[in-house]
Parts: sequence; C-alpha cells; structure tokens
Amino acid sequence: MSENQSIAHDKKKRTLFFSGQALQKALAFVTLVILVLFFSLASPNFLISDNINSILLATCVNGLLALGVTFVIITGGIDLSIGTVMTFSAVVSGVLVESFGIPLWLSVLICVAVGGVIGTFTGSLVAYLRIPAFIATLGVMMITRGLSLVVSGASPVYFPTEYKEIAVGSVLSKLIPGFNLQNGVLILFLCAILASIILNKTILGRYNLAIGSNTEATRLSGVNVAGWLIAIHTLSGLFCGVAGVIISSRLGSAQPALGQGYELEAIAAVVIGGTSLSGGQGTISGTIIGAFIMSVLTNGLRIMGVKQEWQTVVIGLVVILAVFIDIYRRRRQKI
Amino acid sequence: MGETILTMTGIQKHFPGVHALKNCQFELKSGEVHALVGENGAGKSTLMKILTGVHKKDGGKIVFMNEELTNLTPRQAQDKGISMIHQELNLMPHLSCAQNIFISREPKRGGIFTDDRKLNRDARELFQKLGLSLDPKTLVGNITVAGQQMVEIAKALSFQSKILIMDEPTAALTDKEIDDLFRIIKALKTQGVGIVYISHRMDELMKITDRISVMRDGEYIKTVATKETSTDEIIQMMVGRPIYEPPKSETSAKNEVVLSVENLSTDRLFNVGFSVRRGEILGFAGLMGAGRTEVARAVFGADPIHTGEIFVHGKPVRIRAPQDAVRHGIGYLSEDRKQFGLALGMSVEDNTVLASLGRFSRLGLIHLKKTAEITQEYVSRLKTKTPGIKQDVRNLSGGNQQKVIIAKWLVRDCDILIFDEPTRGIDIGAKSEIYKLLHDLAGSGKAIIMISSELPEILRMSDRVAVMCEGRITKILEAKDCDQETIMRYATMQEETNQKGEMTRE
Repeated sequence: MSENQSIAHDKKKRTLFFSGQALQKALAFVTLVILVLFFSLASPNFLISDNINSILLATCVNGLLALGVTFVIITGGIDLSIGTVMTFSAVVSGVLVESFGIPLWLSVLICVAVGGVIGTFTGSLVAYLRIPAFIATLGVMMITRGLSLVVSGASPVYFPTEYKEIAVGSVLSKLIPGFNLQNGVLILFLCAILASIILNKTILGRYNLAIGSNTEATRLSGVNVAGWLIAIHTLSGLFCGVAGVIISSRLGSAQPALGQGYELEAIAAVVIGGTSLSGGQGTISGTIIGAFIMSVLTNGLRIMGVKQEWQTVVIGLVVILAVFIDIYRRRRQKI
Repeated sequence: MGETILTMTGIQKHFPGVHALKNCQFELKSGEVHALVGENGAGKSTLMKILTGVHKKDGGKIVFMNEELTNLTPRQAQDKGISMIHQELNLMPHLSCAQNIFISREPKRGGIFTDDRKLNRDARELFQKLGLSLDPKTLVGNITVAGQQMVEIAKALSFQSKILIMDEPTAALTDKEIDDLFRIIKALKTQGVGIVYISHRMDELMKITDRISVMRDGEYIKTVATKETSTDEIIQMMVGRPIYEPPKSETSAKNEVVLSVENLSTDRLFNVGFSVRRGEILGFAGLMGAGRTEVARAVFGADPIHTGEIFVHGKPVRIRAPQDAVRHGIGYLSEDRKQFGLALGMSVEDNTVLASLGRFSRLGLIHLKKTAEITQEYVSRLKTKTPGIKQDVRNLSGGNQQKVIIAKWLVRDCDILIFDEPTRGIDIGAKSEIYKLLHDLAGSGKAIIMISSELPEILRMSDRVAVMCEGRITKILEAKDCDQETIMRYATMQEETNQKGEMTRE
C-alpha cells in the first residue's frame, strides 16, 4: 500500500517538474513579454499609446472568436465556420437595420442570437448526426458564406454612424477621464472573464473538459454528451455573434465577402495559448495571451517594415512551433 | 504423427508485478494437432507469444527443427515457419485475398511494378492446396469471417509454415464452417504441419486434437493423449487449484428484487434474463467473449438492445442511453477503467462528482466547496490513497482509481452497481480491500452485479452465480451448489446451448 502511495508521489513530482499546461501558458506569456520588449527596442513607434490602442482594437475580433472556439477545441472538436458565421450574423442584423429600420440595440441582440442559432445547428450536426466536426463546420462555413451574399445582395450593408460607438467609443473615458479604453476592448475583456467563469465554475465548463478528456467515460457517467456538445457549439456561436457586432461596428458596415480566414487565425490563437487540439485541456487566459501574441506580431512586424507576405509566414511558423511544443510535452508526459 | 519439431522447456516470463509463466514446457510433433487449454489468464497466449517472437522470454529454451531459437523477432519466427492465426484477424478489408496473402512480398516486374498475374496465380495455387474455391481477386471485406480465416491460413502456408498456431479459430464460425475448417486442418496434418490449437470448446478438442496440454496460473500442468482422457478430467486439471475457495457463507441478500431483466437480446445476446435483490451480489461467470460485458452495457443503455424488458423496483423502465440508466439508479464500473471509467487528465474531485454535478450546482454554477467536501468525505471513507483531491487520477494506482469510480457512483446514490472485472490490474493487497468494499456495499443494501473471469473471486463474493456461454445464460447457480468445476461445465456448454438457442430463435 505504501508502495502505491510512493508511486503516486513520484508521478506527482515528475509532472510538477515540467507541469504541462501551466508550462505552456507561462511560455506563451513570456513570449508575449519578450515580443513586446523586442519591438519596443526595435522601433520607437511601437510602445506609444496610439499604437497600443490599435493593437488592442485589432485583437478584439480575433480574441472574441478565439474565446468561443476555445470551448469547442477543448471538447476535442474544431469549428471552421466561426469567421463566416460572424459575417452572416452581422449581415443579417445590418439588413434588418437598413431595410426595416429596427433600433440598434435590437440589431445587436439579433446579431448575437443569429450566431447562437447557427451554433446550435452546427452542434446538432456534430452531436446528433455524428458528422465529423471538420466536415460539418466546413459545410456550415460555405453555407453561411453563401447566405451572407444572398441576404445582402452581395454588397456591403451600411449601419448608421452612431453604430460605430459600440466598438470604438469609450464608455470608460466618461467614468474615468483620460482613460480612453475603447468599448470593443472592454467587451473583449468582459467576455473573457465571462468565458473563464463558464469554463471553471459551471457545469457546462466541467462537462466540456470531461468530454474532451474522455467522451466515452463521460457518457457512461450518465452525462447527456450530445446535448452538452450542442450547448457548447451554441456558446461558441454566441461569441461569433458578439464578434460580428464588433467588426461591423468598427467598419460601420457589414461586409458579406469578409470572414473567411478569421477562423484559422482564431484557432491559431487558441493553440498558441496552450489549448490542446486533442481536447481535455485549455484555458481562457491562454487564449487571450495567444490572441495578443498574434496581433503584437502582426503589428510589430508591420512597424518594422516587414512586408505583409512575410508577416503571414512568421505567424505560420509560430503556430507550428506552438503545436510542436504541445505534442512534445504530451509525448514526455506519457513516459 | 512424425518426429518432434518443437520443444519448449523451462520457459519463464515476468511482467511488472506478475510471474506470468513459471517453468513452462510444450512439445509439438509434425502432423500433430496439439491443444493448449486453460482458463483465462492461465498463460496460453503468453507462451504462444513467446514462440512467435512477440514477447521475449526471461528464461528457458526453445528448440525448433534441431535449432535453438534465441532473441526471436516476429519476422524471424514467420520466416522460419512459425505462424499464428489470431482471434482478431489481421487482414486489410479493402485489398483482395491475394494482395493480403502476399502483402510486403509482392512478386515484382521490372523492380517497381507488381506482377498481379503471378500474385493471383500463386494465391490460387495455395487455395487449391487447401481445397478452397475462393477467387483470389475477391476483396477480403466481401467474404465471410470463415473465408477470411482461410485466407489467413493460406497466408501462413505461403511462408512454408511448419507450425500453425490457431487461437480460438471456431469462435465466430457456424457449424458448417467448422466442418470445413476441420477438413483443412486434417489436410494440413497430412502435409506434416504441426498445429497448436487453442480453444475452450471441449467437444471440439475431443474431435480434432491428438494431444492436450493443460496450463493453469502460468504453470504447465500435464499433457495427455486425447484418446485416453475425458472432458471431466481436462476441466478438473484446468481449475484444480491448491487453494480451496469455499462458497460464500453469510449473505446480506433481502427478498426485495431491485433489478430484473427479461428476454434481453442484442446483436450478441440471446434471451438473457436474471434478477438481483437488495443486498445481493450476483456473480457473472463465463469465458472470454461469453457476453458478460455485453449484458452490462445493454442494461446500462450503452449499447442498443433489440428486445427485452428491464424492471427497476418492479416498475418497467425504458433505458435508451446511459443517462436513463443513471436516472434509475444504475451505475456501471467498466472493466477498462482508463477508457470507459475515468477522465484521466482530470482530478480526483472532478471524477468523483462527474455523475452528480446537477446536485452540486445552482443555475449552472458549481458549488466548489460542496464538491470538495463530498470528495474529501469519500476519499476518507473508501480510504483512497491520493496526495490530495486535486490530484489527477492518472497518477493514482489501479486500486485507488477503482475507488474513485466507486465513489462517483456512491455520490450519485445508485442502488444498483454493475462491477465489470472489479479487480483486473489491481495488486493483491488492494484486491482484498475492493472485496471488503463490495461486501460492505451489499451490506448497506446495494444490489450488485459482479462480472469476473476469476472463478475464486466469483465463488468468494457471489450469493448467486449466472454462468454465460456464447451470449446466453446457461445456468443460474445458488452459492451452495457452486464449485469451479460446475461453473466451468456450464461455461463450456457448447452443443446444448446451441440447440437451445436454435429452438428459441425459431
């Protein structure tokens, strides 16, 4: 018996030694700090308030999408439709504003709700019809991309100018004079806190981790796995809807052709943040750090005069590195 | 029968914590069918895996065709002419029979192109040798299991095999197909191939084999000539243990029936019926593949059922998914804890409350203090050895992992607990703790179903024993009527159950 215990202790020591997930999160954070230091030294234009603001604002859309898809990836799934679902929600609400003159607050709610409904649909395909997530969400991506063009008549849908306030205005500057944090960034942080509570403190979050850790054992514990999977996809869809509000508010319009490619950047942010693509592990803070690494890199490289083509190459390399680290530590953990 | 082609002597094998083979021996002559029998875990497979190079032996000597074999690899064994046909066939369903037979040895033309004509011709020759009318170009996925087995045999022959090991070759075959197989075995005998025949089916052994070797608990017991022995004698040798396990004397069983199952049929079960009472431990005995786990999974809603009724506390219930079973107070502890029982990367606490989170939450928010309290309570009640409740269950020993799963169902307040091989992979000290726990649970009024392949465990724990064979319950025995031999007899009741099964199906 005492032998058993000592084995458990030994194993504990070993995992503490290179404690997996925390390590990668710490690594991501350190990377972010190093990047910021590097770019600050490399260019005097990096660490100035205008540029910081632009980095923060640039992170909003990708960050919101990444928050939502973090939940899906923790189940061991994937969602390729998040970018176009975001666009579709924005287009639908924009058309309602433009053609029927619905009030803006209602259009915001509708935008978020449309994202949720599509999430429910995607979740049903994956959970009930058992279509592999990759294919199901690829299908939904094409459907929503097509529908966005249909609904909008293939041309941008314009919002009234006050709609811009939602993302680029600053509620905080009215409360704290001089603190010009844009609403979009505030919304991102509030959503991150909400997501963190959902993942760590609620049943949904717990089942989410359990499904990703061992779907069959979770099912055999009497958990309605299909139902919760749908709920998780719905949640992800709601985040797409919020992202839809932010992006259309920033641009003052809903662009039906936009959206594709966003999903991969969001997934990249999640992976850089240490969430495992094989499921069962992941954190919200990691995802936020991952999203910032992406935008700091893009911004910093641009300021240093690196061409856009090369920015993409660098980000690609970072994603591969992040996944490699994940796989490498997993392999060591198994031994 | 010809001269001796294989002698294995003094074979030793250790696995971590287990002395799997103790000084084992085996001998095979050319043209002989030599049966290797023993209960699950007796060491038959391990011995054969050593012969085929899958496992390395820790000691002993293997002499094959007057040559001592050392450091054997599977490839070498095959090249020397030792082939094994596994219970699970290893064929690629999307390739043709001929392509499967000559995989990685395709005849080539010009160095890069496969010579399909020669491939098919060679395969056809092999089939003719075996008296088979099978088109070598047929896709393996399109032929019956029996046909696939023939392809495996043909593949073995293509290596000029001197020794052919067959592991439960008739398990998935119909009577007609078995006759065909036996015809081929006889043909192979006349060609001088020595055959090791592993099977649980006594009637078959009597029919096809020349000699029978018995193993038990990793030890070689005896070799007898088939003509000079009887089924009873073989069974006695298989089960005769030095330690006598008396049937259970006290019981906590009450009269109240908690769970009863009638006419349960699935793809692999036929008209299974039984009941469990409050405070009772109902043992499920049977050989590997008899359908015990299938019964558990069907009752628990994990696998679909064709027909059958399930009553909990006398009321009929519909169980279509595990969540229905859990709602009716049924908990299932799988034999494969890691795959089906635990979320390994999650903590002791997370796993303990996984089945009853609803109880510990309000508006979806989990009451983390309560879950920690209840987990702590069960850790001390079940004496689970863990550095803390936040510890990942992956880092616990088998016995303690099992306790975490038990805690999960106790927290959920289940009345009916199905234990599938509760002590598999658990060391001896922890075993007796699990036994005590099962007794205590029964004592506290839980109805318990315990599936086990270890007969002493069945005898020690059960109030009654349901014996299964080939998807049917062949007998439900009272503890006082139980002994290992009786159970083994019902567990190998081939002929009788087949006839019965046929009648009930019509």
